[in-house]
Amino acid sequence: MTSLALDPPTGPHPLERAVRRSERRRRLVALLLMAPSVLFAVAVFAVPIGLFLFRAIENDGIPQRLPRTTAAVQAWDGGDLPSAAAFDALADEILALKGTPELAQLGRRLNYVVPGYRSLMMGTARRLDAAQVATLDAEATRARLIEADERWADPAFWMPLKQQSGPLTTFYLETALDFERTPSGELVSVPAERAIFIDLFVRTFQTGLATTVLCLLIGFPVAAVMARASGSLANLMLALVLIPFWTSLLVRTTAWVILLQNEGLVNKTLLFLGLVDQPLQLVFNRFGVYVAMVHVLLPYMILPLYSVMKGVSADHLRAASSLGAKPFMAFRTVYLPLVMPGVAAGSALVFVLAIGFYVTPALVGGASDQMIGYFIAYFTNTSVNWGLASALGAILLGLIALIYLVLGWAIGLDRLKVR
Amino acid sequence: MSEPIVRFQEVSKSYDGRSLVVAGLDLDVVAGEFLTLLGPSGSGKTTTLMMLAGFELPTSGTIRLDGRDITALPPHRRGIGVVFQNYALFPHMTVAENVAYPLRVRNVPAAETAARVAKALGLVRLAAFGDRRPAQLSGGQQQRVALARALIFEPPLILLDEPLGALDKQLREDMQMELKQIHEALGVTMIYVTHDQSEALTMSDRVAVFNDGRIQQLASAYELYERPVNPFVARFVGENNQLAGEVVACEGDTARIRLGGGVTILANAVDRLSPGDAADVSLRPERIRLAHGDGEARDNLVAGAVDKLVYLGESTRLFVSTPGGPTIVAKVQNEEAALDVARGRPVQLAFRAADARAFRVERPA
Ligand SMILES: Nc1ncnc2c1ncn2[C@@H]1O[C@H](COP(=O)(O)OP(=O)(O)OP(=O)(O)O)[C@@H](O)[C@H]1O
Ligand SMILES: [Mg+2]
Repeated sequence: MTSLALDPPTGPHPLERAVRRSERRRRLVALLLMAPSVLFAVAVFAVPIGLFLFRAIENDGIPQRLPRTTAAVQAWDGGDLPSAAAFDALADEILALKGTPELAQLGRRLNYVVPGYRSLMMGTARRLDAAQVATLDAEATRARLIEADERWADPAFWMPLKQQSGPLTTFYLETALDFERTPSGELVSVPAERAIFIDLFVRTFQTGLATTVLCLLIGFPVAAVMARASGSLANLMLALVLIPFWTSLLVRTTAWVILLQNEGLVNKTLLFLGLVDQPLQLVFNRFGVYVAMVHVLLPYMILPLYSVMKGVSADHLRAASSLGAKPFMAFRTVYLPLVMPGVAAGSALVFVLAIGFYVTPALVGGASDQMIGYFIAYFTNTSVNWGLASALGAILLGLIALIYLVLGWAIGLDRLKVR
Repeated sequence: MSEPIVRFQEVSKSYDGRSLVVAGLDLDVVAGEFLTLLGPSGSGKTTTLMMLAGFELPTSGTIRLDGRDITALPPHRRGIGVVFQNYALFPHMTVAENVAYPLRVRNVPAAETAARVAKALGLVRLAAFGDRRPAQLSGGQQQRVALARALIFEPPLILLDEPLGALDKQLREDMQMELKQIHEALGVTMIYVTHDQSEALTMSDRVAVFNDGRIQQLASAYELYERPVNPFVARFVGENNQLAGEVVACEGDTARIRLGGGVTILANAVDRLSPGDAADVSLRPERIRLAHGDGEARDNLVAGAVDKLVYLGESTRLFVSTPGGPTIVAKVQNEEAALDVARGRPVQLAFRAADARAFRVERPA
């Protein structure tokens, strides 16, 4: 052993090598043990989500289906109308797509940018005749196109072909933030009557924040009492907190609809007691959304709080009061700082879950209470605008990451983790 | 004796409504003294301290501080410094902030706070550690921070619940010295809880021995060791032979007691004894010598044979069996034992009657 320790310092020390060799084995085993879960997570989580998020910036369809047109339009300055060559290319390419489902897909894609584009594409294709167009020169083709649909003389319908000719596009992200392009390509806010998404984000964050604050106000005392309670009582309380976990989200949410509706138990009771003489509107509005969301999310606040509070020794509070701190002072200067990691973790958890809520607001909220999740589902399932759906998702994800970073910077990242 | 700073009057405490953890406690604490509550685990020491600090309410009785009834006063209005066994330092504050805490809650101006914190940290020899977190300190250093924090608001009374319990032996002894020095330098009253009897004996002005929620004896270390008032104290404080016997005769405060097997000794009767009473004699091993027939006057000479020897360094512990009587443990200095004591050898044990203390006991027939 001494010979090991006394070796001259040439290259890595033999002892060091031996340590590394034995460590390598351990690391390898650890990696092998983790491999299934990592592969699973990558295959069914990271990759699909990554691909879906990529749709937010992928310019699918336009350059692929109209390669010559988009190339020809590049030379256009956006002022009057593109060159005759662009018209010629467009006519050829529309005719090439005529009769295939791709034409409808292209029309729908362009319709996102300029309403009416779909009918323009389909109508133009119907009215053009391949044999005839083949005989026309570029100038004549331009006239024929404008004759087929005079909207081709409107630069607004050419703009998207010029602006969205690359493999990537910022169009969906801009739309998701209520921006649009002027014909000359400037980025401007859409007029107030058409703006929906900024309001939607604000509403989503407001709802998330209010839910978080309510959960904290309700959950904090519960967790504190639970942490102080003795054995069997604490277990009972824990079970009560956990029961909602064992019940389906859908069941709990519909239960609230039944309880809170106009003929529901709550209104019946209020009427019976004579506290109101009209049923109160308790559901299908913001109130109902808050009640149901707080109910669903409360355990996510209580559990991290409880686990942190459990670790705070009663002696700390006793010490504070023996040193002269009045109860509120001891709470503020000793208890609160010590349970802050729980507050941060619980709040972060509830907030992130809340702003992703979809089912609950959809069932108990009114039209004006829907959150971002509702619109993501709408654009994914109903209007099949996956680009916009994933742009909304990406922005939401980005904002959450931003909030995390700011919070982490303000109170320390390690405090946000759930123990 | 001046007015006591603390007075427990008939204080009892029960947690479960069935058994008393503290039973009818009467205790006066003299201002400026170092009083130790000593007793086995579960004897009610912490409970007594917690009632004084205000964290537990007595079931009955009153507690007075400086003549004022504080039985129901909340802890933050008592102005008593408490040092907890696990230190209870605030982990989210630096050492200096911890020590400054009592001043902070009293709205002491910043400049004065800084000066007093520096002084308090100097007192516990931690002046250079103000910016550290408690977690970055050793156990002994944390203990000293806890002490500085309890001292800084200059309470007249400090309670310490096994403050050295978590430290190793060397550190314990250093901290005992330091605590004593601080006690003497500041002149505060300290009430100290421990179940370590040597700690109690070396540090205290007076020791209250607890058992079963009652004070068995309240006396100086000397009194406690030399003149325990009952078998429990005799057993608990220091090492003792506990010899069961029967009183044969009694004369003044000297009793003749038969230990069985024909061994009869003279003992000092602590209780009033009369012939026929059952008695327990406690006899400290180090008060027993080996007789060498040098004609020295001894009250008692007991013959026996060495059963077992335990070498202790400066002394040797001998287990001596008496024919038909009890086995007696003697602790002899090694210069003497080195003579020629060996297993199986007959010896004569000699001790004074005053060192054998006889208590009357009830023994089922
Ligand atoms: N909060 C409590 N609730 C119920 N019983 C308690 C409580 N605190 C203490 N006890 C009981 O009271 C008795 C005395 O406890 P106490 O803590 O005063 O003993 P102690 O002398 O300090 O012992 P130790 O040396 O082990 O600290 C014990 O039997 C203990 O189980
Ligand atoms: Mg104790």
